[in-house]
Amino acid sequence: MRSTIMTGTALVAVSLLTLSGCSSTGEDDEAPGLSIDVPDVPMQEELGDYEDEVNIVAWSGFVEPAWSDEFTAETGCVVNRRVAGTSDEMVQLMRSGDYDLVSASGDASLRLIAGGDVAPLNLDLIPNFGDDIVEGMKGQLYDTINGQSYGVPIGRGANILQYNSEVVTEAPTSWDVAWEADSPYAGQIIAYDAPIYIADAAVYLMAHEPDLGITNPYALDQTQLDAAIELLQEQNAIVSEYWSDAAAQVTSFVGGTTVLGTSWEVLRKLTEDEKFGSVLPEEGSTGWSDAWMLSAQAANPDCAYAWMDYTSSPEVNGAIAMNFGMAPANAAFCETSDEAQAHCDDYHATDEEYFENVWFWTTPIEQCIDGRTDVTCTNFQQWTDAWLTVKS
Amino acid sequence: MKRRLRLASLLALPMAWLIGIYILSLVMLLVTAFWVTDPFTSKVTPGFTLRNFEQLVVNPAYLSTALRTLGIALAVTALCILVSVPLGIFMAKIAPAWLRAVLAVAITLPLWAGYLVKILAMRITFTEDGFFNAVLSPLGISGPGFGIVTVVLTLTYLWLPYMSVPVYTAIRQLPSHLFDASADLGAGAWRTIRTVVLPLIRPAIIAGSVFTFSLSLGDYLAARFVGGSTQMIGSVIASNINLNPPIAAAFSIVPIVFVVVYLVSVQRTGALQRM
Repeated sequence: MRSTIMTGTALVAVSLLTLSGCSSTGEDDEAPGLSIDVPDVPMQEELGDYEDEVNIVAWSGFVEPAWSDEFTAETGCVVNRRVAGTSDEMVQLMRSGDYDLVSASGDASLRLIAGGDVAPLNLDLIPNFGDDIVEGMKGQLYDTINGQSYGVPIGRGANILQYNSEVVTEAPTSWDVAWEADSPYAGQIIAYDAPIYIADAAVYLMAHEPDLGITNPYALDQTQLDAAIELLQEQNAIVSEYWSDAAAQVTSFVGGTTVLGTSWEVLRKLTEDEKFGSVLPEEGSTGWSDAWMLSAQAANPDCAYAWMDYTSSPEVNGAIAMNFGMAPANAAFCETSDEAQAHCDDYHATDEEYFENVWFWTTPIEQCIDGRTDVTCTNFQQWTDAWLTVKS
Repeated sequence: MKRRLRLASLLALPMAWLIGIYILSLVMLLVTAFWVTDPFTSKVTPGFTLRNFEQLVVNPAYLSTALRTLGIALAVTALCILVSVPLGIFMAKIAPAWLRAVLAVAITLPLWAGYLVKILAMRITFTEDGFFNAVLSPLGISGPGFGIVTVVLTLTYLWLPYMSVPVYTAIRQLPSHLFDASADLGAGAWRTIRTVVLPLIRPAIIAGSVFTFSLSLGDYLAARFVGGSTQMIGSVIASNINLNPPIAAAFSIVPIVFVVVYLVSVQRTGALQRM
């Protein structure tokens, strides 16, 4: 294993490669790098004494007594958890200034960074953020800006195509059964209910209408966005339901209202029925990747750093991943037991080839993140407005 | 002077509640409708723009959602009346005392359960493999699935007590000899209802409809859980409340306008004085 400092350096190097031409060398025009204006939030230089508590906004299942109690025993920091249901809610809560940490998904993180709501991280203070972090979660755009890290990876997952094998007897390989108007399953298809779902349409168009020139589903100019919306409106006619609530999605499949549609591996497992199959279709898919982010106004930064370090250890990171049902960020977890290995295999934890086709949620911004400079891309607000027209 | 002081102290708490919490919070929300949202960070900053209201008009999605919601609220109200009037007559005038008590409990029973529980119960009832289809499939009937019809049925189920109770109370107060007189004059049951009962209980129906109508306009969970892809005013507000609070605030004025128009138009009937 390399030392932490080495890793930190490597990380910065990777980030700089990904985002080449950032901050310091803005003249490097040809490079498809991305440098965005972010408010100057100071980075913590060293750890102080632990405060008494840490306030966390998290997805359900990320902060549980099973591991937070041990953290409290070790550090004396009492963990206060607030569960949020959506990324948008998380963003609003973080702006209240009452929380130290958030388990932000990629569709929230750019907004938080650009809004000055989260602080850059000093990775030297998080020794567990070592080189065991899986390759695909290092220095990603949604948590690393201008070469500066803002997030500690927790886990990731793909938005898969789930189907009821009793009805869908031939295992689908393409998303076309969920998007084309002549789908044999018209009227029994479930779709995700959020503006970010526009990216799913873009992924499909990327494969089926190459003339549109979409190269990144989160970098859509107006024409491309219009095409995606048109596809979504067509899909609206064959959709039985939209889901944003996981319980509704599960009952829709189990109750027979839906036979096919967008899902997460963990939801398929929750159905507790072997007849539900899933596939990552050939077009690829969207996905999500979550990271701890530190509030710029954190009242308890030292406990927060301690929490980020604690949850990055193979054991705790694995416990969160198993509890939530996602691929852990720390690959060392997979080798801790047979059970852990089975979980990692199920969720393709270290299978970069699997995730190569997965476009992780990223906040769409005006600056095209696919590197185009001749057009303005549509921002999240435009996606939100456009999403409204899909369902009506 | 002393009397005034006493009156003031008596009214202090309700007025503080009404103005401080009830009205002020609503006004603060409505003020947000003129504020600006940063397109990138979706941060809300105070300012003055009419863009949010312009969006309501320019974007046809808002208009169609508003009209759809209005239609659903009217349908729910009509269904509630359709169920409540015959039920009220039966309970008040025909049923024996024990059956009346049983029915009264049955009608108010859903009020004991949580609102979300009831919606989820309806969701389970109307799924493809759910109760409705299981029971009626031998007759060749299949359920409406999730959509506008199920939203209307669910909301009717939710708000029925708010209509049934005032209607039943009003019918109980009708003297029985009115029915006898009507029958003596040769009127059938339907004619009695139309010419005797309905005009007399109109204030009660209107009072009940204020509830069923306004509650339906504001609801968003029914559309979310049993609406399939149906969108209502409430669901649009709910999905925008975090993404774009100003436009959510602007859109929330629409149901307020609907209710005000409705209240003004029924005010002349005198029903509001009897609420």
